[in-house]
Amino acid sequence: MTNKERIAGNVAGYVDDRTGAAKWLKKNLTKVFPDHWSFMLGEIALYSFIILLLSGTFLTFWFDPSQRDVIYNGSYAPLSHVQMSAAYASTLHISFDVRGGLLMRQIHHWAALIFMTAIVVHLLRVFFTGAFRKPREFNWLIGVGLLTLGIVEGFLGYSLPDDLLSGTGIRIAEAIIQAIPVVGSYLSFFAFGGPFPGHVFIPRIYMVHILLLPGIFLALITIHLMLVWYQKHTQYPGPGRTEKNVVGYPLMPVYMAKAGGFFFIVFGVTAFLGGVASINPIWLYGPYTPGQISAGSQPDWYMGWLDGLVRMSPPIETHAFGHTISWNILIPGLIIPGILFTGMALYPFIESWITGDKREHHLLDRPRNVPNRTALGIMSLTFMLISLINGGNDIIATHFHLTINGIMWFTRIGLFTIPPIAFVITKRICLSLQRADRDLVLHGRETGRLVMTPAGEFIEVHEPISAAKAWTLTQHLQDPALAIENVDEHGVRNPAGIKGRIRARWSVANAEQIPAATVTERKELEDGHH
Amino acid sequence: MKRLSRYRRHKFAAPALIVAALISIGTTFSIASALPSQQRMESTAQTTQIAEGKQIFARGCSSCHGLNAEGGSIAPSLIGVGAASVDFQVGTGRMPMADMSQQAMAKKPIYNEEETAALAAYVASLAPGPAAVTNDQLTWERDGNTAQGGELFRTNCAMCHNFAAQGGALTNGKYAPSLMGTEANKIYEAMITGPQSMPVFSDKTITPEEKLSIIKWIKAAQKEPGLGGASLGRVGPVTEGLLGWTLGLGLLIGVAVWLASKAR
Repeated sequence: MTNKERIAGNVAGYVDDRTGAAKWLKKNLTKVFPDHWSFMLGEIALYSFIILLLSGTFLTFWFDPSQRDVIYNGSYAPLSHVQMSAAYASTLHISFDVRGGLLMRQIHHWAALIFMTAIVVHLLRVFFTGAFRKPREFNWLIGVGLLTLGIVEGFLGYSLPDDLLSGTGIRIAEAIIQAIPVVGSYLSFFAFGGPFPGHVFIPRIYMVHILLLPGIFLALITIHLMLVWYQKHTQYPGPGRTEKNVVGYPLMPVYMAKAGGFFFIVFGVTAFLGGVASINPIWLYGPYTPGQISAGSQPDWYMGWLDGLVRMSPPIETHAFGHTISWNILIPGLIIPGILFTGMALYPFIESWITGDKREHHLLDRPRNVPNRTALGIMSLTFMLISLINGGNDIIATHFHLTINGIMWFTRIGLFTIPPIAFVITKRICLSLQRADRDLVLHGRETGRLVMTPAGEFIEVHEPISAAKAWTLTQHLQDPALAIENVDEHGVRNPAGIKGRIRARWSVANAEQIPAATVTERKELEDGHH
Repeated sequence: MKRLSRYRRHKFAAPALIVAALISIGTTFSIASALPSQQRMESTAQTTQIAEGKQIFARGCSSCHGLNAEGGSIAPSLIGVGAASVDFQVGTGRMPMADMSQQAMAKKPIYNEEETAALAAYVASLAPGPAAVTNDQLTWERDGNTAQGGELFRTNCAMCHNFAAQGGALTNGKYAPSLMGTEANKIYEAMITGPQSMPVFSDKTITPEEKLSIIKWIKAAQKEPGLGGASLGRVGPVTEGLLGWTLGLGLLIGVAVWLASKAR
């Protein structure tokens, strides 16, 4: 034992005597995690969150969350002596008069965009691989919560500088609040402390942005990760991987090194973007005044779909009993997002109700093997994408020389027609891929070698695939549809009513599969002439 | 005085006064018109220019705007639009139009400066209208105020031309063009004539001094340095989101794939 080792041992012993950490660490540092690039998407979100905390703290040192009027006197000449809010002036100050301030602002904003993109792609990975199934439904719910809060947090963040664009966003938020029937105008007055814009909104959302929501985020992320720890990470199917084991590498040293390195890479990419690409150039927007607006005012992308829905909504209002109900804002601004996010949150429960599957799942699905779910996911994505396109309709119109009305009508009609088409196409593609898998297992890989038989016939030589690959392609469960009869033995229609009929119909659709190749089938073919 | 007033009501007083007045006016006029012979030459030159302009007009514009610029079913009357309008529309290449699309596009001018001036003179001769403005006449560098111009721009112009004068979409394929590279006199003429979908900003709405401030701000916006790095087109968060998804997430997923493929 060298001198150094003895000292290290003494220190470790000292700590362990007082905390009992050794036992816990020994168990947890060797915890095994499966290895796949798609398991690192959530990590990107986590690291972006840390970057957001760090850069955001830096910004709070100079940001003045106040709507009191000041006359700008800083370095940016095109705004000199312009009347503006202290919030806007201090953001200009951070941008131009604080060393590294603009870089930090840009890192903060880029990290926010990457945070949201990472959450979304992480969610897509979890959805399409079925990682939300029992026992991980709670973690799915927490994830949906984080996504929702992320959208709110991002919106509040870019509303803080009180520039022309952010004020426009707040104005739209006010309109959406006011569109809530009966209580809308009261809620709006409550939020803004009187009529828009008032003088209290920025200080209020500042507290929510830097204190309340980050606190909730920290708590939710902690539970999210603790659940991953406790329930163990899911893994992709393959030889040796079962529902009862985890095949991978230990946390220490493999994932310590990988995750630690990846954090710095995420930080590096964010800092790189912050250094080379301008984001939210608030000095160009000018201070917010309710009387001004810029062409092409857009929200950040994660709100873009919502803006797109509001933009395409036809002008419908009803007036009754001295009240106006603005359906044109209520439906796209509150009802549709409500349905979408509720549906997303409840999806694990809906799916297990449809399939009747109450088993635990730790092996992930290959998306093609669950055609109905994959198609549903693509359908929802298509819906979001079409809304998002309309959110940028003015930019698309000017840059591709199209008419804004044309884009709007395309998305208005497309919003209802294209997602179902996407569903059907995706489902067919999934089934085709299943056929291809089956073919591959039964007939082997096409080698590209052509052989002429003595009879003059040309055949391509097929090479059997490895047993491991064959296992991966055939291991998945193919449950039959639930045995729900639409008519019972007495000729009474499904006694569970409409709910039962929906369940039966969905269950049948869900069970539509190409039978995976079985060992006997493979054997038969091998024993034959193939 | 008294002697003079005695003849005030004389019967020849009025005719004599008229004769005297006529003589004095005539003399003054002949002296005045004889003195600056240059001016007379100028007016002759103007007449030739108008004639020239009329010829160009007949060749290049009359098929839509009518032989006497009275307008037609597809093009407006040009009587009273003034030289400023012609200088703007022809000088920026918008007129003659390339095709009957939603809106005349700015392109390389078809007529040179001289021809444009002739056309402008001809149209101006039809009825009074706002005169063309040269860059030398606009003292925006001296008299404009950038910050005030920015305020005015955001109040009056940004709603169509975007916060950084990058242009924006209007209904049915019409658009407010980008003002990057637009000359000062063309900006001024656009404000006083209201081309295409643009409203007229009369001197009552925006005073000439304020117009100079707006021009000064636009000129500053044209030279706006990329303070935060690449400008991404200055069209708002759409391009930022695009870059975040492509370059940002693309790089990170690339690294994730690389990290996962490294065995240990």
